[in-house]
This record gives sequence, C-alpha cells and structure tokens, in this order.
Amino acid sequence: MFDTIALQTEPAAAWTALAPALLLGLTGLVLLGIDTISPKETSNTLLAGVSAGGSLLAFAVAAWFLVAGTGQERTGGPISLYGDTLVVDGMSLFFTLIFTVVTAMVTVAAYDYLREQSHRAEFYSLVLFAATGMTMMSMANSLATVFISLELASLPSYALVAFLKKNRGSVEAGLKYFLVGSVSSGVMVFGISLVYAVTGSLVLGDVAAAIGDTEMAGVLGMGVLMIVGGVAYKTASVPFHFWAPEAYEGAPAPISAFLSSASKAAGFAVAFRVFVEAFPLGAIPAGVDWVLAFQVLAVVTMTLGNFAAATQENVKRMLAYSSIGHAGYALIGLAALTAGGPNGDVLGASMAHLLVYGFMNTGAFLFIALVEHWGVGRTFEDYNGLASTAPIAAVAMTVFMFSLAGLPPFGGFLSKYALFFSAIEAGFWWLAAVGAINSALSLFYYSRVVKAMWIESPAQDFEITSRPVGLYAAVLFAGLGTLLLLPAFGPVIETAQAVAAALF
Amino acid sequence: MIIEALIAVTFLAALVVFVAPDEYAGRLAAALSALPILGSLWMWAQYDASGNALLGGSIAFETDAVWLTLGGLDLHWFVGVDGISLPLVVLTTILSTLAIVSAWTPITERESQFYGLMLFMEANLIGVFTALDFFAWFVFWEAVLVPMYFLIGVWGGPNRRYAAIKFFVYTNVASLVMFIGFIALVFGLGDSVSSMRLPEIAQALRAGELGAFAGLDAATLKTVAFVATFLGFAVKVPVAPLHTWLPDAHVEAPTPVSVMLAGVLLKMGTYALLRFNFTMMPDVATALVVPIAGIAVISVIYGAMLALAQQDLKRIVAYSSVSSMGYVILGLVAYTTYGVGGATFQMIAHGLISGLMFMAVGVIYNTTHTRMVGDMSGIADRMPLTAGIFVAGAFGYMGLPLMAGFAGEFFIFKGSFESTVHAGMPLFTAAAMFGIVIVAGYLLFAMQRTLFGPFSFDGEYEITNAPFHDVAPLAVLLLLTIVLGVAPDLFFGMIQEAVNPILTGGGL
Repeated sequence: MFDTIALQTEPAAAWTALAPALLLGLTGLVLLGIDTISPKETSNTLLAGVSAGGSLLAFAVAAWFLVAGTGQERTGGPISLYGDTLVVDGMSLFFTLIFTVVTAMVTVAAYDYLREQSHRAEFYSLVLFAATGMTMMSMANSLATVFISLELASLPSYALVAFLKKNRGSVEAGLKYFLVGSVSSGVMVFGISLVYAVTGSLVLGDVAAAIGDTEMAGVLGMGVLMIVGGVAYKTASVPFHFWAPEAYEGAPAPISAFLSSASKAAGFAVAFRVFVEAFPLGAIPAGVDWVLAFQVLAVVTMTLGNFAAATQENVKRMLAYSSIGHAGYALIGLAALTAGGPNGDVLGASMAHLLVYGFMNTGAFLFIALVEHWGVGRTFEDYNGLASTAPIAAVAMTVFMFSLAGLPPFGGFLSKYALFFSAIEAGFWWLAAVGAINSALSLFYYSRVVKAMWIESPAQDFEITSRPVGLYAAVLFAGLGTLLLLPAFGPVIETAQAVAAALF
Repeated sequence: MIIEALIAVTFLAALVVFVAPDEYAGRLAAALSALPILGSLWMWAQYDASGNALLGGSIAFETDAVWLTLGGLDLHWFVGVDGISLPLVVLTTILSTLAIVSAWTPITERESQFYGLMLFMEANLIGVFTALDFFAWFVFWEAVLVPMYFLIGVWGGPNRRYAAIKFFVYTNVASLVMFIGFIALVFGLGDSVSSMRLPEIAQALRAGELGAFAGLDAATLKTVAFVATFLGFAVKVPVAPLHTWLPDAHVEAPTPVSVMLAGVLLKMGTYALLRFNFTMMPDVATALVVPIAGIAVISVIYGAMLALAQQDLKRIVAYSSVSSMGYVILGLVAYTTYGVGGATFQMIAHGLISGLMFMAVGVIYNTTHTRMVGDMSGIADRMPLTAGIFVAGAFGYMGLPLMAGFAGEFFIFKGSFESTVHAGMPLFTAAAMFGIVIVAGYLLFAMQRTLFGPFSFDGEYEITNAPFHDVAPLAVLLLLTIVLGVAPDLFFGMIQEAVNPILTGGGL
C-alpha cells in the first residue's frame, strides 16, 4: 500500500508492537479505576467516552502500524514476542482493526442502552477485556496462547450475555453460552494436547516442522479435528451453532452485535493462523485433510444458516441465523485453499468480508438495540411502518440489510464478490456457486425487514419518545462505513490480500 | 469529469430532497433535476467523438482510473459516452424531470422520500448508460432495482406488495443469470484480458481469444454465455414470455414511476443487449438469428394482441411496450446500419412516446379516478387539451410520419428488410409489420371509447381540465416527439457513427 514510509531510524522495543492490545487492556483497567473512585455516581458519559476513546485510539494505532508496515515483509517481517508465542504481523493488525472499530461502536451504543442499568463500569470494562482477548487471539502464535486468549475473550462474554440479570432470557442465554463454551474449550484443549503429544511442541511453526514425518497421523487427525470443533464453536458454524441464536437473542442487543461481529472475527483469526501456520497443506500427512472438513463446514453452514434464517418470525433471531450463514461465507477462506494456489487472495478476501461484515452486522444489531430502546417488539410485524417514524435510522437499516444480502451499491456486495471471485480463481467454482445461490436466497428474508419498515403500515400507533444520541451515532457510523466501503474497497482488499499472502 | 459531476449532483440532490420537508419536496426535486438536464444537454452540444466506445472508437468525456485489483484483474472506474449512450443519457435526464413534475398531483404522502428515490434512481440510470467497466456498470445496474422496489412497494396501488416483490425477484434473478454468464466469459478469456473494461473484453472476444473454462470448449462457452446474458437482459426488456412482471409492475406503480419504468428502465435491457450480446458476440447472434428474430416477432404480435384484449388503459400502454421492444430486438438482430441504428433510435423514441402515453393516462386517472375503458366515454368534451395530446401521442405510437416513432420504426423495418444475416429476415420483418395494424387497432379502439362519443362517466368526480403542471410535461414530450420525428438527425448521425463499427470487422 504505502511502500516507502520510513517510520523510525532505530527500532523501538519489540513489545511496543503490542500497543493496540495494551491500550485496550489499559482502558479496561482505567474504567475499573474510575469506578472505584465513586462507584455510585460515576457518569455514564465518562465511562462510555473513555471506552470508545480507548478503542478508537487502539484502532488508530493499529491502522498506523498497518500503513507504516509494522510486522510486514517490507520492514523485516513479523515481530515475534515472548519466545514466539505472540506474533504481530499484518494479519493480526488487520483483525485488530475489526475488533476495535466494533468495540467503539458497541460502547457508544451501550451509552444509551445502559442508562437505566447498574454496574455500568463493569459492563464497559468487560467489553474492553474481551476485546483485548480477541486482539490477543489474532496474535497468538502458540496453541497455548491461542487457548489463553480465547478464554480471555470468552469469560467476559459469558458475563456480558447474562448482564441483564433480572431478565430470564438473558440469564438463561448466559448459562447456555457458558456451558456450551466450556465444553467446546474442553474439546479444543484436548485437541491441542493430542497435537502436542504427536509433535512435542505448541508453537505453530514448530508444530508444522514436526508433523511431516510423524507416525501418529491418526492421533494428529483427531487433534486437528477437535481444534476444528473448537473453532467452529467460536465462529458459530454448523454443527456447533446451537448456542448462537439463544445467546444473541437473550443478550443485550449491543452485546449481540459485539459477539456476532467481533467475537466471530476473532474465531476466524485463530482459525486462519493455526491452520495455515501449524498444519500447512504441503506438509500435513495425507490422511489429515482439514481443508475437506472446512469445505463441508462452509457448505453446510451457509445453507443451514440461510434456511433457518428464512423461517424466523423474530428479527433478532433472523439476524442470529443469518450471521451463521455469513460464517459459512467466511469459511470459504479456509475451504478454498490448495497447495500452491492463490491462497493469499482467498484468505484475504475472507478477511475483507469480515471487516465489511463488522460494519453491516454490528449496525443491524445496533438498530435492533435502538428499536428495543423504543419498546417496539422484536417480530417482523412489530417493525411495520417504522420508516415513517424514524426514516433516517430506517435508511441505515435498509443499507445493512441490502448490504448483508450482497446487493450493490453497498460494501457487502464487493466483499462477497471478492470472496466468490477468489474461490473461482482458486478453482472452487462450486463453492462460489453455493455461496452465490445462498446469497440470492438470503435476499428473501433480509428484504422482509425492509418491506416491514417501509411498505407495511403500522399495526398500532407508537410514538418515539426519545432519539438516543449514542445509538443513533453508532448506527449512522456503521451505515456510513457500509456505504463508503464500496468506493474505498480497493485499499482494503489489497491490504487484506497482501497480509494474508505473508502467512503462506 | 462532466459525467462524474452529473452523477454526483444527482446523488446529492437525492440526499437533499430526501431530508427536505414534504411541502416543497416536489418543487425542489424538479428544480434540482434541471441541473442534470443542463449537464446532459451541454454534453450533447459539446459531443465530439467517433465510432463505437467498445470497438476502438474515441470516447467522449472519458475517465479511466483503477478502482481495485482482484486476483490479477483490475476493476476500473471507467465512464464515457459514444453515440449510442449519449442519447440515452439525455433521455434519462429529461424524462426524470418530467416524471417528477407529473408526480406533483398523484403523490400526496411521504413526498420527500418519493422524490429522493426518483433522483437516486436517475443518478444510477446515468451511471448505467455511461459506465464502460463491467463492474461499475453492474453496480449501477443493480442499484436501480432498490429505488424501484420502494417506489412500487410504497406508493403503488392496492396490489403493490406483490408487484414490487415480483419485479424485484424477476429482475434480480435475471441479473444473477446474466452475471454468471458474463463472468464465465471473463474467466474463459483468461490472461488475454487484464481488466473488466468493456472495450477490452469486446475486442478480445471479437479477436477470438476465448478459451475453454469449467469443462466447456470455447465455442460452447460462448454460446452458453450468450444465452445466459441474453436471458438476463431479455427479462428486463421484456420479451415474451418473460414479460409477466411488467404489467403487474406497471399497473400497481404510480404514474411517474411507470413513466420511468417504460421510458428508461426497459431501455437498460435493450441497451445491454446491444452492448453485450450484439456487439461482443456477433457470431453467436447471427448463428441464433432465427430464434432471436422469432422471439422478437412473437413479442411484437403477442404483446399487441394482449394490449388489444385489455380494458384498463394503463395495461394497454404497458403491454404495448412489450410489442415496441420487440421491434428493437428485430432491429438489433438485423445487423445493418439502419437496423441497429434504428433500434437505438427507437429506444429514444419509445422512451418519449411511452412516457407521454403513461402520463396522459395518469392525468386522466387523476381526474376520473378510474382507468377502465368501460367506465368513461367522451372525456374529450371536458378535458380537450389532455385528450388532444393523448391522440397526438397515440398517433406517434402508431408511427405516423413526422413523429419520432415513425422514424424509429421506419429505420428498423428498412434495416431488417435489407438484412443479409438470414434469408428469412424479410419474412420476419413482414410478420412484425402486422404489429403496426394491431397497434393502430387497440389505440384507436381505446380512444374512440374513452375520449370520443357522447360524454358519460360512472363516478362521482367532477371532470375538468387538468392543472397546468400536469399537462406541461405532456406538451414537452409531444414537442420532443415531433422534433425528433422531423429532425431525426439530431441523434441519428451520432448513432450511425457508433453503430457502424459493430457491423464491420470482427466476427462478421
């Protein structure tokens, strides 16, 4: 992108490359500190401001690093830290952009959502700690750090889902999420131990070096399959998706946005790095064909997610299932890999789609938060005629829906196009075909929301009593991002494909 | 940069009107939409280019910049006009403003949203007719669907939800089929193209650089791609039997939206057929001349027969579009200067005249609140001006000399009669000419029963002359129809220049 920006004459200490993650964690601590000073009267504005400011600062630093070339080929390659267990490279920075921008939108939106709640500081700091964990997930270069950062991201999420502790749905969702999450963590950590048993190493590069001549291909295969399961849980892919609709529906809407966008992207960050780095296609024993597993996962996830979404009557659940469908699209990034193929293009297209998805999906869930704030119901019927009372927000929601469906002129069109195009380029035209057909079908249920808002007339009169500034700002920001990512998609996809190519 | 300015100004106008208060949204929209008219007329006055933009001609007002690179293929922001697209841009800007003015009476709720969407659609239509990179073109092409969906779905008649969804699903599925067909061509061309710029692809295809892809050899791939793109565009045109979304959409849509639908949106289909199928793959088109000409003749006759059977004035005009678009396809497949040029000219002529007819029906409906032929008679007694323009427009539609419709149809018939692509072309032409008789039949029939005879009306509305702002757009359209009929060379010269390269060189 920008080849010749010379940042500094002598290299800074390597740990400064962790700045985005450190900033997020520090902001979480600062929030707790603020709360300690006056636990009862801490201003909601101050808390939301600090969290959004912290995550935007982390975003800015990550963007600066990415432009300046930190951890990329042109400045000396990935920065490896703490005995190679963490690595800062273009890919981790790219994913950090997704996490931080979603965190910023979610915290701004939560400002209005939390106005009547207690324990606000805890809410914001949990979000920030989860974001720290996600950033670490994108940097984890050892199966041990993968697991630790995954738990760092998950534990705050369990609490956040159950945050509305007087609401039965929220508590139930939290419990369900926690139970399924723990089991999946267990499965994954068992898989990790099997891989360790075969290779004697946890650092991804060393695992890759050791798998080639192993005699225990069967054990390795079990281990890999269990790690696939862990990843599938984190990304809410079929058949480990059952927790997702429940958790997303029960959780406070900003948290649903956070989980379905940022947390899902974090799962993909782990998947991309672990499978590409630790089990490279050229070196892995023939019996351990994880690409096939991801091909099956991708097709099944897209199809089931879409069909389940089409049958929902509740908008939040519909979005939850549609986000499962989108996990299927993003899985193409792993399913269309071949030894020696245009792998950087495919993986990069997946990453770019996740970035666009970060805007459009977060925006859609935040719109639901806005509607919940007004006390309108959650079914399609309840959305009837919303456009006549809140036209600006309805325009934003329309943008999200059509963009998720992949219609021009919105960002989602280009990112899906790039994804399917790269799959065809890699020779997997059938994956692209399944994706395109699913994408066309998805228009059916996305346009139901649009139809309800604009075309149907409202069943009963409702008055909009307030126009919450934070929620509006976040929704409009996401809408603007979704629109602007169409003309500005060039640098995004080029950066994504360049940093993805560096993995291979 | 004039094209970018045109698109940007229209988008901004859409935004401004969308947030403006309802009271003056209509006036504001009309005033702002005068800017793109001035821009397009300035382009027409300054026009200096020759040849076909896709086949090595020089392109007017060209901008070409790399937008993004994907897997070795560049996507460009590439816009420009030649003699084929410039008339359509002028048609779009003029018809949009007239449609906006004609909406002042019938549109009474959520006005700022209505006019905002109309302008949004206009901006995308300008984009469709000027984009010369497949990708940029496709973005605009699909983006036209979104405002149309709302315009029918929100402001339409009682059955609007069904009509809007049918329109959306039909045209969107068609776009997908077309997209797959075209992308297959791009992959088949492989390394011989480095971008999706239409000129590059057109020339590579004509030079025979297509290779095998996905198990199909080059010839089969080309035929499959031709059929896929043809079907995709044919839904938009629409040709029989893919036309069934059209009457639903037209009948439910409010008048100004019908005007845009018939006047400009249908031309997207024929324009794309000309640009893609008939320019890029003339060898396949000539090989398939019998089925294509057959479809054209069936559309002409069947569409006209359907129009003859209708009782609803708007349906009559709607089905007549199927018939008129059949002529355009016949002209295209003839592959003569007059055939292809006449088809292009007929796109403009039909845009003006069908817009005029829909508006006239709309003005009558605004007053009488009915469109049924049986409910009224002798309307001309009470609304002489509207009736007069209606009659004049109908004569234009029937192809009376010195009207634009005559010029278009004459060119097409001359071109397809002289065509050498197939020995049977004169027969097809002769069969299609019967359409003229039926057109005259249903129009005279409708006029005689509604406009003339003793006055009677089944309804409680008072029938008086329409307000000035309702009749003014009709008058402007009638004037333009006559001007183009008297002096077709205002456009036909540049059309011919752009059409000739399609007929020489390459696959023919």
